[in-house]
Amino acid sequence: MSKVSVFRREHFNAAHRLFNPGWSDEKNFEIFGKCANPHYHGHNYELEIKVTGETDPETGYVMDLKKLSDLVKENVLNEFDHKNLNLDTKYFTNINPTAENIVIVIYEILRKKIDVSFDLGIRLYETDRNFVEYPVK
Amino acid sequence: MVYLTRVEHFNAAHKLYNPDWTKEKNEEVFGKCANENWHGHNYELYVTIKGDPNRDTGFIFDAKKLSIIVKDSVIEKLDHKNLNVDVDFMQGKMCSTENLIVGIWEQLSLHLPKEIQLHCIKLCETPRIYVEYFGK
Repeated sequence: MSKVSVFRREHFNAAHRLFNPGWSDEKNFEIFGKCANPHYHGHNYELEIKVTGETDPETGYVMDLKKLSDLVKENVLNEFDHKNLNLDTKYFTNINPTAENIVIVIYEILRKKIDVSFDLGIRLYETDRNFVEYPVK
Repeated sequence: MVYLTRVEHFNAAHKLYNPDWTKEKNEEVFGKCANENWHGHNYELYVTIKGDPNRDTGFIFDAKKLSIIVKDSVIEKLDHKNLNVDVDFMQGKMCSTENLIVGIWEQLSLHLPKEIQLHCIKLCETPRIYVEYFGK
């Protein structure tokens, strides 16, 4: 059997701030620039979920993309969409909500929900021009 | 007459919340957009001017100079900001995309050279939602 990758694209809008509480305000602005604004700023995040596996001979599917969409909505979008990533989610109390950390968090959430026989990859666009991928192989 | 459009972008936080209403009514009318801790967007701004190309330059107006005016008068005030809290020209207004585009028009009108005719601005809040304003 051949392996095929299937993709689902979702999106969420959220506010965040990059700030290290162990540093002075000056150092935070020096390192994070405008992203350290104390009143937050925000993005339209675009999320691509890649699932790789064998095609099921009975359905022709690797994975039902509607089911994948429902999984992402229930476990990721409900927690992140129209939220403040620093204040409203439990994931970024001790780490900065950078695109790098967000993509790892989303991967860890979804990895628990998708059978281990499938490979999982996540790409997260913070803007049209800035995006990250996890895991790296 | 030719139209010339310059595209700029900014990222900002906001919320839709009417302080004269209860939290319940705000959530009923604005849904998730009323989240008290803000959410945010990547905004795309299209600024269109119109005019006849200059005989010597072939330009209506130097697009690089237009970009600098838009950046200095608008983007600088909005990018990586909280629209409700940080932006002087949105104070006392609801931070809807509709009100924001009117505010941006007014700012640009103050800073564009007299000879430039501003035709239209288009403001995209998401790839699927945008507003346009023609100054009236």
